[in-house]
Amino acid sequence: MTAGFLVLSSFLASAVEMVEALTIVLASGLARGWRSSLTGVGAAVVVLLAAVAALGPALTVIPIDALRLVVGALLLVFGLQWLRKAILRASGFKAQHDEDAIFASELEEARTAERRERAGVDWYGFVLSFKGVLLEGLEVVFIVLTFGSTQGSIPLAALGAAAALVLVAGVGVAVRAPLARVPENTMKFAVGVMLTTFGIFWSTEGAGGQWPGSDAALVAVLAFVVASSALLVGLLRRRAVLATA
Amino acid sequence: MSRIASIGRFWWDFVVGDDWRVAAGIAVAIGATAALAAGGVSVWWLMPLAAVLVLYVSLRRSIAA
Repeated sequence: MTAGFLVLSSFLASAVEMVEALTIVLASGLARGWRSSLTGVGAAVVVLLAAVAALGPALTVIPIDALRLVVGALLLVFGLQWLRKAILRASGFKAQHDEDAIFASELEEARTAERRERAGVDWYGFVLSFKGVLLEGLEVVFIVLTFGSTQGSIPLAALGAAAALVLVAGVGVAVRAPLARVPENTMKFAVGVMLTTFGIFWSTEGAGGQWPGSDAALVAVLAFVVASSALLVGLLRRRAVLATA
Repeated sequence: MSRIASIGRFWWDFVVGDDWRVAAGIAVAIGATAALAAGGVSVWWLMPLAAVLVLYVSLRRSIAA
């Protein structure tokens, strides 16, 4: 059960970040040329691999309770921020995340930027892709390493991320357009719920608490977070309706 | 802005996000859990309740703003 949660959480969280990175890479490639854009992607991937190689082994030597406490706290803070935005979007208090609009804005900005070539590569296109892939990729690396090391299986977490990479990159290459049809807001809600659930579970264990039923309690925590989030969306929707009435 | 300040800003945004009260609330809840657990109290219920309370307070602040 926990292994399934681990792969699914890693897959969903990675897919959301990769869709955002793909939007930037596509805008850069279409506006500034694919050579510069893909060189930026390659350079970012090299930096990310170096980060994994440096941080991965270091995490495995930290005592598991200390790791669970720190990782649980970080995931909980991450998860609650995601969940807050997702609840605000679902209840109509915040605009829905629109990959088409972001793509159009990135494309326009990239087209109007000055062209400066270095070693045959357009600098703007390179930096745009590099930054996009590096920043979104850092979040994927963080999720894979923390989820994986805390549950004792980095390969399983990496499997979820790899599946997301294959899916997002495959669809991106096939359609060469932003993945606007991906229900990103729903996925972000699901990721917020997953991160919050793991964060609550691990931070409690890391702080010395014991869960009744051990790992099986994860399902109860998940149900509690889903029910609480749904309740908050309902409350906020009612409030939005009352405010406009 | 200096390079160090911009790196600090990046990590602050990356870890804490746009409402520092969420991080502060979670830190307090973890401290309380650790203190109660050290005293032999069964505290598994504290973090779930604290997380939902922190989320509710943050949502109310967002809407009010």
